[in-house]
Amino acid sequence: MVDHILSILIFFPAVAAVLGFAVHKDSIRAYGIFIAIIEFALSLWLWFCFDSTVSGMQFMEHLPLVSSFGINYILGVDGISLFIVILASFFTMIGIASLGEMKDIKNMIITLLFLQMTMVGVFVALDAIVFYIFWELSLVPMLYIIGAWGGPLRIYASVKFFLYTFAGSLVMLVGILFMAYFYYQATGVWSFAILDWYRLILPETFQLWLFVAFFIGFAIKVPMFPFHTWLPYAHGQAPTIGSVILAAILLKMGTYAFIRFSLPLFPDASVFFMFPIAILAIIMIIYTAMVAYGQKDIKQVVAYSSVSHMGVIILGTFALNVEGITGSVFLMIAHGVVSGALFFLVGVIYDRRKTKLMSEFGGLASVMPIYATVFGLMLMASVGMPLTINFVGEFLSLLGFYKQSHILTILAGTAIIVGAIYMLTAYKKMFFGEVTKKENKNLPDLNKRELVALLPLVVITLWLGIYPKPVLEPINNSVEPLVQLMHDKAISEEAKKRIPNLSKGVEIIKTPTQEVN
Amino acid sequence: MNPVDISIESLNLITLAPMVIPIIGALFILIIDMFKGGLDKSLYVMLSLLFLFMDFGALLNAAGLFSQSGTMMGVFDVMLIDGLAIISQFIIVGASIFFIPLVLTNKRFHESSYPEYFALFLFMIGGFQFMVATDNLILIFVGLETASLALYTLIAMHNRNRSFEAAVKYFTMGALAAGFFSFGSMIFYALTGSIEINQIAKVLEADNYSNIGFVLVAVVFMLASFGFKLSLIPFHTWAPDVYEGSSAPMAGYLSIVPKIAAFVVSMRLFEFLIHSNIVWVEIVLYITVVITMTMANIWALVQTDVKRMLAYSSISHAGFVMAAILISTTQANSALFLYWILFSFTNLGAFAMLWISRQKYLPAGQSSDQNYEKFSGLVKTSPVAASIMALFMLSLAGLPPFALFWGKMYMISSAITGGYTILALIMALNSAIAGYYYLKLIVYMFMKEPSVAHEQSVNISSNITLSLKTIIGVATIGTIFAFLAVNPILEFVTAFVYKSGY
Repeated sequence: MVDHILSILIFFPAVAAVLGFAVHKDSIRAYGIFIAIIEFALSLWLWFCFDSTVSGMQFMEHLPLVSSFGINYILGVDGISLFIVILASFFTMIGIASLGEMKDIKNMIITLLFLQMTMVGVFVALDAIVFYIFWELSLVPMLYIIGAWGGPLRIYASVKFFLYTFAGSLVMLVGILFMAYFYYQATGVWSFAILDWYRLILPETFQLWLFVAFFIGFAIKVPMFPFHTWLPYAHGQAPTIGSVILAAILLKMGTYAFIRFSLPLFPDASVFFMFPIAILAIIMIIYTAMVAYGQKDIKQVVAYSSVSHMGVIILGTFALNVEGITGSVFLMIAHGVVSGALFFLVGVIYDRRKTKLMSEFGGLASVMPIYATVFGLMLMASVGMPLTINFVGEFLSLLGFYKQSHILTILAGTAIIVGAIYMLTAYKKMFFGEVTKKENKNLPDLNKRELVALLPLVVITLWLGIYPKPVLEPINNSVEPLVQLMHDKAISEEAKKRIPNLSKGVEIIKTPTQEVN
Repeated sequence: MNPVDISIESLNLITLAPMVIPIIGALFILIIDMFKGGLDKSLYVMLSLLFLFMDFGALLNAAGLFSQSGTMMGVFDVMLIDGLAIISQFIIVGASIFFIPLVLTNKRFHESSYPEYFALFLFMIGGFQFMVATDNLILIFVGLETASLALYTLIAMHNRNRSFEAAVKYFTMGALAAGFFSFGSMIFYALTGSIEINQIAKVLEADNYSNIGFVLVAVVFMLASFGFKLSLIPFHTWAPDVYEGSSAPMAGYLSIVPKIAAFVVSMRLFEFLIHSNIVWVEIVLYITVVITMTMANIWALVQTDVKRMLAYSSISHAGFVMAAILISTTQANSALFLYWILFSFTNLGAFAMLWISRQKYLPAGQSSDQNYEKFSGLVKTSPVAASIMALFMLSLAGLPPFALFWGKMYMISSAITGGYTILALIMALNSAIAGYYYLKLIVYMFMKEPSVAHEQSVNISSNITLSLKTIIGVATIGTIFAFLAVNPILEFVTAFVYKSGY
C-alpha cells in the first residue's frame, strides 16, 4: 500500500467527494471531517515512511497514459514537496472542521474535497502534462467557492481569478510543449517526464524564451507584481475558507513550480533573469506593503501582506543557492501556516460582526482576550519575529540572496520593517484603546470549533520557530542535489559563478584533465 | 471499335459498400412508407440505427483491408479508400449514430414524424461518405451536393419560421459555394486536363507551377467554397442564423459532420499546394485561420443566446482545426482527426443538453430560445444537468483532463513541431479568450439565483427520455475519461494518416 500512497493521497478525497453526493446534507459535515482526518493521517504516514536522508524522489509511481506521445502518469515526492502536501491535507482538515453555518454546506464540502485532490496532485506530479492537468483543474473548485459563497462582487472576482490564471497557464502549456519538442529533437522520443527533462541541456537562447513562457504561468499564480491584481479581489470576495486555502496552498503552486521547473530546467536563464526578478520581488515586497498600510479593510491588509511575503519567497528562490532555496521552501510552509491562520482570524471576527472594516472595531483586546492573544501571536509571526516560524524562512531566504547582492537584500530587509509598521498599526486600531462601538461590547470569544482550527496552527508556529530541524533537514537534503544539478547544467561562465558548486572535490579532479587535453 | 471489357473484380466494388448501405437504407425506408404509412417514428429511428451500424461494420471491414493492403482504388479508380477516408467516415457514421436517437424525445416534434426525414438523413450520410472517399473533383461535387440538398431540407423540416429562414440562407450560401467549387475545378481542369487531385498535383509539379496566377485563382475559389462549408470567416455569416433556426441536435450535428467531410477534402487539395512552397497559399491560409479563430471568439463573447454562442464557438473551433491544414504535417493531420473525434463527443453532448432544456413556447420576456438568463441557478433546480452542462463547457474551453484538452494540446504541439511558433501562441491565447464565454454559462448556472419567471420554463425532467439519457451519459463519460482513450485513438489515427501519405 505504501508504494501507492501518493495515488491514494490524490484520489481518496476525489472518490470520497463523489460518494459524498449520496450523503445526507445534515451528516455531510461529519463525513467531510472524517475524510479529511483520514487524508491527513495518510499524509503523516507518508512523512513517517519518508526517508529524509535520501535526496531523490521517493514513492515513485509510473503508469503510461498516452504512451505514443510520451505522457505518463508519474508521481514522486521529495523533501521539497513533502511538507506542502502535508500542509495541504492539514489545511483542508482544519478548514472543513472550522466551517461555520452556511448555505449549501454539502456542495462546499464536496468542492473542498475535489480541491484537495488537485492540490495534492500538483505537488506530487512528475510529468509536466499531469502537473498541468492538476494545476488547471484546481481553478474550477476555487472558481465555484469564490463565485458561489463570496461577497457582493464575487462573480467578477471569481471570473477574473479564473481567466487570469487560465491565460497564464496556456502560455505555460506552449512552453511545456516546446520543451517536449526539444527533448524529442535531442533524443528522438517524446517525453513529458520532468526527471527526463532535467538531463537535457538547452542552448541559452532557448532557455530564455522557455523561461519567459513558464514564468508567465507561474508569476500569475504566485502572484508577482505586476500580475497580482486578481488577488486582492479574490481574497476580498472569497469566503474565509476560500481565502485560507488560496493563501496557504494555491499560491504555493507558483513558487513550488519555479523550484521544480524553472530553476533546474533553465539554470542559465535563471541567472540571467535573477536580478530583474529580484527587483520585481522587491517592488512587490515594498509596494504591496505600502498598499497594505493604506487599507481600511483588515482582510485586505492580510491579503496584501500575504503578497508581500510571497515576494520574499521569490527572492529566496532566485538566490539560486542552498540557503536561499531551502529558506524559500521553508517559508512557503511558514507563510501557509501564518497567513492561513490570519485569514481564519479575520473570518472569526467577520462571522461575529459581518464587517471587516477596521474602523468598526477598537478595544477588542478587553472583550475577546484569547482572540487578541492568538491574533497578536500570528501577527508577530507574520512580521517575522525570531522564534516564530516565519523568521526561520525569511532569514534563510535573505541570507541566501545576500550572497548574490548586498544592496537588494538590505532593501528587502527594510521592507520587512514596513511590514511591521502596517501590521502593528492594524493591530492597534482593532484591539487597543477603548471599546467605542456598543456592538462590540458583548462579542463572544473564540469558541471550541475555532480553537480546534487555530490551536494547532499556534503550536506549529512556535514549534517550527524554535526547532525547525525536522522540516529543514529533508528540505535541505533535496535542495542540495538540485543546486548541484543546476551548477552542472549551467553553460555560461556567469551562471557557473553564481550557482555554487557543492562538490568541490569533483571539480579539482576535473580541472587537471582538462589541462592535459 | 473494341467492345468495352471490364471484369467485375477490377471494379473492386467492396470500396462502394460503406456508402451504398445508407442509401439502400434510405430507399428501404421510403418503400416501407409507401406500403404502410403512419408508422411510429421509433421504428424509423431503429431502422436508421440498424443501417448505420451495418455501415459501421462495413467501415471496420474496410479499415481491416486498408491496414493489410494499403490504399484501395475502385470503380474505374474513382473511389479512393485511404486512411483519411476511413477515419472521416468513422466520424461521420459515429456522430450520426449518436445523433439519430436524439429525436426520440417525449414532446413530438414535427420533423421526426415524417419518414422522409430519416430517408433524407441516410441519403445525406451516403453523400458525405462519397465526398470523403474519392479524389475525383466531380464525385466530390456530387457527394457534396447530395448531402447538402438533403441537409437543407432537414433543417427546413424543423418547421418554425426561423428554420425556413435558416434553410433558405443555408441553401443560398451553399449554392454559391457550389458555384465557387465548380469554378475552381474548372480552372484546375483547364490547367492540367485532369479532375483527379493527385493528377492535378503531378501535372502542376511537372510544369513547375508556371501558371501560378491561375493556380492562385483556383485556390481562392476552392478556399471560398470550403470556407462556406467550414464556416471560415468571412464566409461564416450563415452559421449563427442556421444554428439558431435548426433544432439543437441538428445544430450540433451541423457543427461536426459536414465540416469533417470538408476538412478531408481540403486536406487532400491543400496538402500538395502547401508543400509546393507557394508562399501565397500559406499566407492566405494563415490569415484565414487566425482571423477565423480570433474574430469568432470575439463575437461569441457578446452573444446573449447560448445556441448562438455555441455557433460562434464552433466557428472558432473550425478555425483552430483549419490550422492543421496549414501546418500539414503527419502530426497536424492526426491532430485534426483526434481533435474532431473528441470535439464531436463534447459538442454533441452540449447540444443535446440544450435540446433537453428547450421549451415548446417562448415565455414572455424571453427574446430567444436559449438565452443565458434561462439557465440561471440551474444548479438549484437540477444539479445533475447543471454539472453535466458545466462539464461540457469546461471541455470545450480546453480545461484538462477533459476531452478537448487533448485535442488542443496535440494541435498546439503540432504547430510547434511544424515551426509555427507564433501560431501556437495565438492558438493558446484564443483558448484563453474562449474560456470567458464558456465560463459565462457556468457563472449563470452555478452562481446566480434562479429567476422566478424562468423557473417553470426549463423543465428538464419532462424532456428527457431513456435514449437521451444514454446518449448524454455516453458523451459525459467520453468527455471525462477521454484520457484513457487518447492513446488508442492517437495510435490508430496516426497510423492511418501516415499510411495514406499525409
